[in-house]
Amino acid sequence: MITIQNLHKAFGKNEVLKGIDLNFDKPGITAVLGPNGSGKTTLIKCVLGMVIPNKGCICMEGENIAGKWAYREHLSYLPQIARFPENLTGRELLSMVKDMRNGKASDQGLIKIFDLEPHLDKRLGNLSGGTRQKINLILTFMYDNPVIILDEPTAGLDPVALIHLKDLIEQEKQRGKTILITTHIMSFVEQIADEIVFLLEGKIHFKGSLRALKERFNEVSVEKAIANMMLQQNGKAFAVKDMEPSSAPATEFLESEN
Amino acid sequence: MFKILKYSFFDLVRSRWTYIYCAFYFLFTLSLLWLSNDLSKVTISLMNVILVLVPLIATMFGIMYYYNSREFTELLLAQPIKRTSIFIGQYFGVALSLSGSLLVGVGVPFLLYGIFGSGQIWNFLTLLMVGVFLSFIFSAIAFFIALKNENRIKGFGLGILVWLFLAVIYDGIFLLLLAVFSDYPIEGFAMGASMFNPIDLSRILILLKLDISALMGYTGAVFQKFLGTSMGMVASITILFAWVALPVWRIKRVALRKDF
Repeated sequence: MITIQNLHKAFGKNEVLKGIDLNFDKPGITAVLGPNGSGKTTLIKCVLGMVIPNKGCICMEGENIAGKWAYREHLSYLPQIARFPENLTGRELLSMVKDMRNGKASDQGLIKIFDLEPHLDKRLGNLSGGTRQKINLILTFMYDNPVIILDEPTAGLDPVALIHLKDLIEQEKQRGKTILITTHIMSFVEQIADEIVFLLEGKIHFKGSLRALKERFNEVSVEKAIANMMLQQNGKAFAVKDMEPSSAPATEFLESEN
Repeated sequence: MFKILKYSFFDLVRSRWTYIYCAFYFLFTLSLLWLSNDLSKVTISLMNVILVLVPLIATMFGIMYYYNSREFTELLLAQPIKRTSIFIGQYFGVALSLSGSLLVGVGVPFLLYGIFGSGQIWNFLTLLMVGVFLSFIFSAIAFFIALKNENRIKGFGLGILVWLFLAVIYDGIFLLLLAVFSDYPIEGFAMGASMFNPIDLSRILILLKLDISALMGYTGAVFQKFLGTSMGMVASITILFAWVALPVWRIKRVALRKDF
């Protein structure tokens, strides 16, 4: 499906991606994890062609995507922060996106699931963050595309909507789609992800199944395994904390885990 | 591209700024026509306002529109649409709505006055053409500046600076040079220099149309000799087109390389 080779991206002096090699060929859910600023969103935006890499290439269905745009027809993308033109209403936005894309859109069912009917005629600028995120989800899921990319899909959602979202993702997985998710909510990852890619300072630090991750760090939960990984990598701070265990709550946390 | 243009255009047509801009021209033209019966004087007064105001408003409006529609742009970038058509479409939406305001605001009072019955129709059309050209030129420059600068303050500052330079400072330097080198035959230079400023070129085009180039002395005669011919007319319109094409080409280039 998607092949990423030796991807480099720097914004000015700030090197965000330093040689990423990834391959998403099987259907299933891959969670892209990493601390803030590790390059998750940049990676995703490179795949979408919104950020142009300095080096390396991304292929979709064996075709290099550099400078291309038609491939996005087969891609559903949920942006991290739902930013919409504020003067439009939800209904206008939906019809606008439908007008821009060619495929058949099925949004009625989704509107019902997220109970959005009463909000569709309000100005998008007046909607709450969670409601905007729901509209964002509808825009993403209304097309039947083989690749779905979700950047922080849970942001601002209430528990009911979260359950619906998980159901939706599960359904799409059953239909054999390749799904990429970034999130900071580890319980969410634990429930839905098949594979984990852990990014750290622009490099892939870990790639493998959930079980492999837990086994490697000898932990029972993903949350702790990931926290462990972040701390271990954070070498300097860890060493300092090691010398002064009393003043380092993070170390205490780790010790209590072990 | 036409879909983007359509959405941008209708978005702007619904904006109250478009109406304020249009209403201003409407009232201004109406009052000029009411105050004076001499159509060529009205045209000159209008010209002076249009030559300063159109570039200023087009620059500010273009930059404002770009920054305000960032969300829309980000949404579009994730859709299967060519990058350049997003920005070129938005640009044409802005330029067309600005030109529309100008054409309606200035055109309707003249129509009510009965412009078709008078001999001034060509001067009037030249004025409108120049106004439309300036709208397209300066909104393209504005889009280019906004695309280049993420920082809004910087973008607006640069926009104002470009406008100030082309509308005021350029003329100042130009006149100063003419005064200092008045003993030398510098008509050729004067001619060339005015070609490099779309505002100056527009002004000369209208003044020549109005047949008052005698007021500009010998330089005016040289201009008349060149621009008064159909060759000169074609050349100056070509230059105005180039002034649109150059920033549009730059917009395309920048749009292809920018990260969002």
